[in-house]
Amino acid sequence: MDHYAAQKLSQGFTQLPQKPPLATSHVPPELVNSSQQHNISQNFIPPNDSLLKPTSQPTYNYTFPPTNQVGSYGVGITAKPSGPSISSPVNRVSQEEPISSGPPRTNVLGIIPYSTEPANIISQSSLGTRTVPSQPPNALQPPRQPSVQYGSYPYGDQTHLQNRTMAVSRPSPPSPNIQPQYVQPTASLRNQQYSNQYGHRPPDNFSQPQLNHLYSSPQYPQDNLSGPTQYSGGYYSGLSEDVMNQMSNLSVTQSGYNRLWGKDTYDLLKCRDILPSGRVEPPAIRLQQELYEANNCSSEIFRCTLTKIPETKSLLDKSRLPLGVLIHPFKDLNQLSVIQCSVIVRCRACRTYINPFVYFIDTKHWKCNLCFRVNDLPGEFEYDPLTKTYGDPSRRPEIKSATIEFIAPSEYMVRPPQPAAYVFVIDISRLGAEAGYLKIFCETLLSQLDALPGDSRTAVAFITFDSSVHFYSLADIQSQPHQMVVVDIDDMFVPCPDNLLVNLSECLSLVRDLLKELPNKYSESFETGSALGPALQAAYKLLAATGGRITVFQSCLPNCGSGSLPAREDPSQRTADNVTQAMLNPVTDFYKKLALDCSGQQIAVDLFILNSQFVDLASLCGVSRFSGGCIYHFPLFSIKNSQHIDALQRTLQRYLCRKIGFESVMRLRCTRGLSIHTFHGNFFVRSTDLLSLPNVNPDAGFGMQVSIDENLNDIQNVCFQAALLYTSSKGERRIRVHTLCLPIASNLSDVLHSADQQCIIGLLAKMAVDRCHQSSLSDAREAFVNVVSDMLSAYRLTQSSNPSSSLLAPESLRLLPLYILALLKHVAFRIGQSTRLDDRVYAMCQMKTLPLQQLMQSIYPDLYPVHNILDYPELSLGDETVVQPPRLHLSAERIDSQGVYLLDDGETLMIYVGHNITPALASALFNVPSFASINPNIVSYEILYYVK
Amino acid sequence: MPFNFPALSYIIALFGDAILIFFAIFHVIAFDELKTDYKNPIDQCNSLNPLVLPEYIVHMVINLLFLMSGQWLSLCLNVPLIAYHINRYRTRPVMSRPGLYDPTSIMNADVLSMCQREGWIKLAFYLLSFFYYLYG
Repeated sequence: MDHYAAQKLSQGFTQLPQKPPLATSHVPPELVNSSQQHNISQNFIPPNDSLLKPTSQPTYNYTFPPTNQVGSYGVGITAKPSGPSISSPVNRVSQEEPISSGPPRTNVLGIIPYSTEPANIISQSSLGTRTVPSQPPNALQPPRQPSVQYGSYPYGDQTHLQNRTMAVSRPSPPSPNIQPQYVQPTASLRNQQYSNQYGHRPPDNFSQPQLNHLYSSPQYPQDNLSGPTQYSGGYYSGLSEDVMNQMSNLSVTQSGYNRLWGKDTYDLLKCRDILPSGRVEPPAIRLQQELYEANNCSSEIFRCTLTKIPETKSLLDKSRLPLGVLIHPFKDLNQLSVIQCSVIVRCRACRTYINPFVYFIDTKHWKCNLCFRVNDLPGEFEYDPLTKTYGDPSRRPEIKSATIEFIAPSEYMVRPPQPAAYVFVIDISRLGAEAGYLKIFCETLLSQLDALPGDSRTAVAFITFDSSVHFYSLADIQSQPHQMVVVDIDDMFVPCPDNLLVNLSECLSLVRDLLKELPNKYSESFETGSALGPALQAAYKLLAATGGRITVFQSCLPNCGSGSLPAREDPSQRTADNVTQAMLNPVTDFYKKLALDCSGQQIAVDLFILNSQFVDLASLCGVSRFSGGCIYHFPLFSIKNSQHIDALQRTLQRYLCRKIGFESVMRLRCTRGLSIHTFHGNFFVRSTDLLSLPNVNPDAGFGMQVSIDENLNDIQNVCFQAALLYTSSKGERRIRVHTLCLPIASNLSDVLHSADQQCIIGLLAKMAVDRCHQSSLSDAREAFVNVVSDMLSAYRLTQSSNPSSSLLAPESLRLLPLYILALLKHVAFRIGQSTRLDDRVYAMCQMKTLPLQQLMQSIYPDLYPVHNILDYPELSLGDETVVQPPRLHLSAERIDSQGVYLLDDGETLMIYVGHNITPALASALFNVPSFASINPNIVSYEILYYVK
Repeated sequence: MPFNFPALSYIIALFGDAILIFFAIFHVIAFDELKTDYKNPIDQCNSLNPLVLPEYIVHMVINLLFLMSGQWLSLCLNVPLIAYHINRYRTRPVMSRPGLYDPTSIMNADVLSMCQREGWIKLAFYLLSFFYYLYG
């Protein structure tokens, strides 16, 4: 029922954006320009802490667009750009303030720390809901139950609710040693409740008795009733009370230890609340003694599906879990040590960069942690640039931090660092003109021209195309841009050798003129041809000498010249159960070959697809996929829809201004005995461990499947090191190195309990996309289900005794089945519902490239109740206090018809308003007398000021 | 054995098989180079792809000769390989030029090891059939 309900729910949501807009002109400019995308969520930031106290009937002050439509339900949607969705406050700020890529360099051997504010100070998250869960409340402050106050669940679960509240309101239990037989169930209830509510253990866990899952599960009424009864029966009919006491103590210590080591077990059949109310935290990596305090790479950058690597391949096979790493190498960071030194210390055999996990044999030698070779340590490594003294090499930043950036000396260059070069290729055929995106693009680019990453050498060029290709000569001797049209698209050539790709700073005024002129010139077009292939070839020829970035705006199926594609989607087949592999694969290898050529010349192609009809993204995406580009998709884009405009503007702003790395390569090294099996993401694999990335952007994530070739039982730790060599937009060659170190596990139970469920889902989604391409969608869906059943049966093997009626999952994997069900309903893998092929292919591309946190949010969006937002615990972040409503399961059972809910899937925020919303709430939140008069087309919100 | 059509077909098959052995050796070496990072996959695919069809054609011509000369045993030994070749070419990735190997997917560990194994097996098969044709 859960899943069906969730599906209904998500359907209800997804249909909402299609509603036609009514009030669109009320977007205040400062909201449009605000750099943060979470518009709606900002509404709930109270301007001042004291106002946040739950008052009996708060008054709200707001400004809203006039409401003039009677809707069946009220919905406001703010589109976020498909750029990053930020999950932690730290992250959020770093997105807003990307590091300038070229800080001033002062000394030869110097560290230039990025002096941004420390993470915890800047964490002014908007809603505060996705921040780190606060300390678990103590027993005197039971967590609030939102649903209790609002009464009825649609799917009647009153007993369960009462049960829970009752459990909470019991008095704080005495210590277990005094009254074990009475206290145990209560304590267990409390703890279980907390762990469900807050996703982690209360601090007093170890001292308190824990009942093991077999005895009672507080969420189940019968259990709660029968549990204590059985117990008292046990005690009072007692054969021997001492024995029973011992037994229960045993189990208490056992489960206590299990908790301590994160080895809790969940019975999926009984436990209804498995989603923590805060974020799902990645499991901690516990290293051996000597490396215990070494800094491991942040889980936001580098994550492995198993936080303990099985020591043999057979053990890995037994666990039935995929082994791999997910990496977000070019993530915007707000603290990163940058080092410039004459010698970058690397292993002579495997070329590993020195990292926190190496072993220093003496002050002159170090042992590589990947190939175990003993290397010499150069004398200058003992110099500590911070204190400017010689001595212990472990004080070096390379040893202290697992993420580090080097400024590379000249031996890391095959040619002088390239300038930033951007070519914009714009479709101006009839459908493109109708969509009207050109105006928005030109306006946005015009406003962001100064913010384009680059130095004084930055170059730009513009190409437009319909059935012919238009070039714009921007020579500084001319007074206005000069257009050249190439009609002969079968044999593409560049009409003049220079003045097409021009220096931005020298020709700034001409570029501005052109951008102002373009929208007027092509506001209407009757040309239906679209010669994308030839236009791309032309752009390739323009950039071939330098390398750079091609940005393509495409609104219809390419149908002229080379690279033209047939319209092959059959709309009547959209709901068909079996999407054949042929539909998901390209029909031509033109785009792939072009991408490989581009990749060879260090050019990346980024696609903006703004289509109203089928564009065959499956064929087109090859051009981005193999050249390290990125893809944005705006289905049914129309200039008349202000949500679309907003989404495109924000996406473009982020896209144009974010950091960019040119001519980059990434190499992933791992400890001897492991090898990289498959890579996932947008790149070209140049050798077994080297990815060629003509451009790298901060929103790109990568995945690698890892296989175990040799037994690892003679080593203690396994390391992965990713090194990204790139040219910054300021023309500096830099190397960013991330190192992740993981311990080895020798038994199955350890492996299963150390699994990282989100990372596993991330990797599985990528593998499933591959499976769709190779065999079929139904195969991939079947594989998903098999993963869960394999995992559960593998876990059953590790349990010595277990009743047949339970379905046990380790704590580390308890959300895996839920996520798998969500994946099966995701646009990429769903069947039965009408899904446009392009949407599906785009969703698959996103699966391959999104960083894990955003991917998880798109797979399992966050749902928060907001109707009683003031009742939730407050969380102070820096100098601001925000409320922290719990995350809800995506199930109709959690949706009250009197409530208001916020759904955040990383790209859009949706507000769901129940149809029985009370007039008081309606007028307080939406300034309308009743549900019926809520305007469903609110594009953005003013910040709500709570006034007492 | 008198000099007749079957004998001629075996002699031709012998030469053809020698060529096939060279192809197989080249194939094995090429994939070994790929695995040890000596070559760029694009270059390697460009050098391998033009050789795929000639190999298949030589093999089929040999078998056509066997068919015409009525050498059923030799033909039967080769039929599985022909079937494998046809199937392999039928399920090749979308390409505008003849060939089998796609530089974007060839570095996948599964594909790489499969191709390498295929090379060794074919080399063994061609060597064995070389001696069979020599004494057949």
